[in-house]
Amino acid sequence: MSLLLVIAAAGLATSSGAWALALRRRPALGQRLATATLVLGAALGVAGALLALAGQGAAWSAAWPTPRGSLSLRLDALSAIFLLPVLGLPALASIYGLGYWPQAARGAASIRLQLAFGLVTGAMALVCVADNAVLFLVAWEVMALAGFLLVFTEHEKPEVQRAAFVYLASAHAGNLALFALFALLGRLAGSFEFAAMAGLDGGGPLAGWVFALALFGFGLKAGLVPLHFWLPGAHAAAPSHVSALLSGVLLKTGIYGILRVTGFFQQVPAAWGAALLLAGAASAVLGVAFALAQHDVKRLLAYHSVENLGIIAMGAGLALLGRSSGNPALVVLGFSGAALHVVNHAAFKGLLFLGAGAVDHATGTRELDHLGGLARAMPFTAAFFLVGAAAISGLPPLNGFASEWLVFLASFHAILGHGAAATPLAGLAAPTLALVGGLAAACFAKVFGTVFLGQPRSPAAGRGHEASPAMLAPMGVLAVACAVIGLLPAAWLPGLVRAAVAWSGLPGPLLAGPAAEAARGAWKVSLVAAALLLGVALLAGWRRLRLGRSQPAAPTWGCGFARPSPRMQYTGSSFAEQLVLRFGWVFFPRTRVEPPTGLFPRRAAFGSHLPDTILDLGILPALGSAVRVTDRLRAQFGGRVQSKVFLVLVGVLGLLAWLALGGPG
Amino acid sequence: MILAVLQLLAFLALPPLLLGVIGRVKARVAGRVGPPLLQPWRDLRRLAGKGAVFSRTTTWVFRAGPVVGLAAVLAAGLLVPMGAPSSALSFAGDFALLAGLLGLARFVSVTAALDTGSSFEGMGAAREVTFAALAEPALFLGFLSLVRSTGGLDLSHLLGDGLAAAWQSDGPALLLVALSIFVVALAENARLPVDDPSTHLELTMVHEVMVLDHSGPDLALIQYGAALKLYLFGALVVKLALGARFADPAAAFVAFLCGQLLFAAGIGVVESTMARLRLSRVPQLLVGASVLSGFALVLLLR
Amino acid sequence: MTTPMTGWTDLFFLLVLVLDLFVLASSRLRAGIRAVAAQGALLAVLPVVLAGEATETRHVAVLVAGALLVKGVGIPWLLARATRESKISREAAPLLGFVPTLVLGALGIVLAVWFAADLPLPVPGKHPLLVPTSLGTVWCGLLLIMTRRKAVGQVLGFLVLENGVFVLGLLLSDFMPAMVEVGVLLDLFAAVFVMGLVMFDIQRAFSSLDTENLASLRD
Repeated sequence: MSLLLVIAAAGLATSSGAWALALRRRPALGQRLATATLVLGAALGVAGALLALAGQGAAWSAAWPTPRGSLSLRLDALSAIFLLPVLGLPALASIYGLGYWPQAARGAASIRLQLAFGLVTGAMALVCVADNAVLFLVAWEVMALAGFLLVFTEHEKPEVQRAAFVYLASAHAGNLALFALFALLGRLAGSFEFAAMAGLDGGGPLAGWVFALALFGFGLKAGLVPLHFWLPGAHAAAPSHVSALLSGVLLKTGIYGILRVTGFFQQVPAAWGAALLLAGAASAVLGVAFALAQHDVKRLLAYHSVENLGIIAMGAGLALLGRSSGNPALVVLGFSGAALHVVNHAAFKGLLFLGAGAVDHATGTRELDHLGGLARAMPFTAAFFLVGAAAISGLPPLNGFASEWLVFLASFHAILGHGAAATPLAGLAAPTLALVGGLAAACFAKVFGTVFLGQPRSPAAGRGHEASPAMLAPMGVLAVACAVIGLLPAAWLPGLVRAAVAWSGLPGPLLAGPAAEAARGAWKVSLVAAALLLGVALLAGWRRLRLGRSQPAAPTWGCGFARPSPRMQYTGSSFAEQLVLRFGWVFFPRTRVEPPTGLFPRRAAFGSHLPDTILDLGILPALGSAVRVTDRLRAQFGGRVQSKVFLVLVGVLGLLAWLALGGPG
Repeated sequence: MILAVLQLLAFLALPPLLLGVIGRVKARVAGRVGPPLLQPWRDLRRLAGKGAVFSRTTTWVFRAGPVVGLAAVLAAGLLVPMGAPSSALSFAGDFALLAGLLGLARFVSVTAALDTGSSFEGMGAAREVTFAALAEPALFLGFLSLVRSTGGLDLSHLLGDGLAAAWQSDGPALLLVALSIFVVALAENARLPVDDPSTHLELTMVHEVMVLDHSGPDLALIQYGAALKLYLFGALVVKLALGARFADPAAAFVAFLCGQLLFAAGIGVVESTMARLRLSRVPQLLVGASVLSGFALVLLLR
Repeated sequence: MTTPMTGWTDLFFLLVLVLDLFVLASSRLRAGIRAVAAQGALLAVLPVVLAGEATETRHVAVLVAGALLVKGVGIPWLLARATRESKISREAAPLLGFVPTLVLGALGIVLAVWFAADLPLPVPGKHPLLVPTSLGTVWCGLLLIMTRRKAVGQVLGFLVLENGVFVLGLLLSDFMPAMVEVGVLLDLFAAVFVMGLVMFDIQRAFSSLDTENLASLRD
């Protein structure tokens, strides 16, 4: 039943774009029907996933005339957790698209977008339930290509072209690693069915290669540092509701892959967990550090995805360490934290991207330091964005705190070392997470403050207007989701624990103790949240009684300066400067300074831009010099058949010599 | 049970007294008489009775700041043991919620400051988030050390029963932790040497400059909240220093209150003898605090 | 970890290490000199603290008196005089920022604490923090020498380094009595002597104590 619902959802989602194509003469109707189909599919699929989370998993299999392939599908609790955002967020984003990206006004580009949008949603759903390596890879490839088409939507812009091609190249580098990964797994298990891969031994050297390939291939998709380089550009280049989908959901398939593959193994070496934890910690800290230095809202949000995927990876790493050190508390808490953060991040990051899209839509700029004062013109967008900002900063009583609290708890359990030896490395997750939380709060105070508070810094910001109901409604739903999960985290724990059992292969009773402890804590978190809300209500009432309705207004206190202008407000860049300075060791900002000179300086200017250290200072220059070298080689040998054959001969001889000298074994 | 209620009542009533003690100690060191100990209470009552003026730039965010900020600190009071053997609500990982609630209070006060559009308040807000982000790891490293040393996961154990054995075996490491938490307390409560609460030069202030535009009852809420926060951090330091030295709960409660007064007096002495650090030097101090508690953790893990 | 007995001697070693970090983080030369003096005095008393394990009381007494005089009083006084007389500005302008050096120093100390137990040492049974303290202090001294621009800062680094060597010397003092101390103290004198001369020369040549100026000699 549950699986059937998900299959129906995937089918409806995949075909939803067909309406746009079929009704291209009546674009408004076509888009409405496509959206309705997608929403219907998502509703079915989410229902199926919830059933599976409640313990009603299912499997189904059919023959498929492909070498080693079969149409095997399986829906377990792990798949179900990922299916919730995978189906839910695209549905909301496509409703948003009705107001943000009306097909009637956008023409052919919009039809392509609608097609790819449905396709990517269906493919992601299939990735989450595929139970055969070949099927998985096919769905993965479709997902990657549809993602490319989505990024490529506004292909007339040069920065979009660049970002889309970087995305395509990196996606295929990752796919290559996945082909090797599943070939190895198939060799280890003797079959390409996932069911046959369960219970492998993680000790051998081949298993080590499997994990390394998974970390590379899936890490590239998840955007873990230093494999994040394609992400900020691609997510900033796409239309905002597409960015919400890419950032909120598509990245998670990378995490799903890592979890699925590590779930195949019976015992895992400690090095796996350590590697994942370190990669996560690096992503979290550097992601938020880079985000702090950005001044384009969408690039900033994209870097925050790197941070949040890092937090998820840290949770997963803790769970892996728990498995290798025999610490069930670490397994259940780390895994639950990571899995809940998958859902949470989809909610608040989707919300934030949609909010950023509304701002972009209203003012025509994404440049932080040109915005300001929009809370007056766009009160609902501002309120929803504030909820998302507080949630992503891990502040109670919202959902970001709930999942980070579980990861914190896992980290503290690690240092406690009940039963088994303490795992000091895992303990370091807590201070890292604390630092990241503080930096994220700083960053979102900067974003919210510069975009929505104060006075407009440019005429464009002054012309801002509230978003249409079609755009506001999805944001409202996501904001409510953030609040509900945050207020009642305990309600989710049973499903999460079921997924932890499915993933780790540990017996349920072993995990029940720490799970019960977490549940007790989670209910008390809800209690404190209730006390907080009660306190807010009482204090607000007292304040209203004291002040009454009429409140005298005056200009902001200018500290004695009588004529301040909006341009004199603190900007986002200056707000973050002190913190950005702390990261001078990874940042290489390019600044342009024209200092004021002379007694009555006419003009002075300052501009700064922060290139991505990995992409702009590492990979692109390296590729550039590689191209130069090959160009020179081609100039040397090019044109003549003789020299080309000579090169081939040298290559073949080299391979033979390598084989003769011992080869790969 | 009586003590559990009493500690919450003391939490509501006593914090302004700490500010009074600090003021009095500073005055005495400087050779003045100083204001009466209850002056902070009178200030609060005076502010609460006044009307308020609002900047035309501000929105509801500005008005929500003081309310949510105070409610968050009040809720945090449920999590910290303040004299009684256990806090009102104690559960594994409650210190993470404590840090989260204090973070919420900070977040709303920062957004309220940015809502005025004043560059001075923006400056203060930027400094506040910078220092807070750097203080956070120090606090968590301290908690980690305590978890490691006492073998518990909730504040009531970390700062209560668990400490008796811990001071016996890991005294030096706990001393480092206490020092580190004291530094964090100074930074989080905007005291010297991080911030000078008595200065009136906007360019050099951190916390005070953020609340320039608040007036009347809103300012009363903010100042009361600041006092409560000081009391919370005082509770952490005092409980940690006291350990489980007093077996009788009533004696322990009295000792705790005396400890809070000593904590306030200690801050008064620090403020009388130290100058404010240059702003660019503050991160050094906070990273130093992290290093101290991290070092303690390494000693405990060895 | 440790028994209550050694718990408070731990504090001695911890203070020495914390002073290392303080010197790394302090921006005022005067404060740095004071911290190094305090460290020297602490180290001078250290043999008494460890006396339960030492064999000869007279030997210990000589060591304490000598070290206290040289490390705690003499050298700091000389340095303070040098800074006063040569009118060096009081800021310790570093080549690498204070926070990075602090973090690096802490990292080194952590590694020293972590791995000291695995080192093959000729003398077992000494206090468990002795070797880590020594290695950590040497590391911090090296860091100071590498990162400080002013000659006085480098002399401070050298002194911290010597303090680390002195701690290591305590480890060996049981079976190589006088040799170690004599060597250490001699080293120290030579060091301060040489550095004093260098400082004086740099000062005379460039009327400043910024060693960066030496780089201009090459062109």
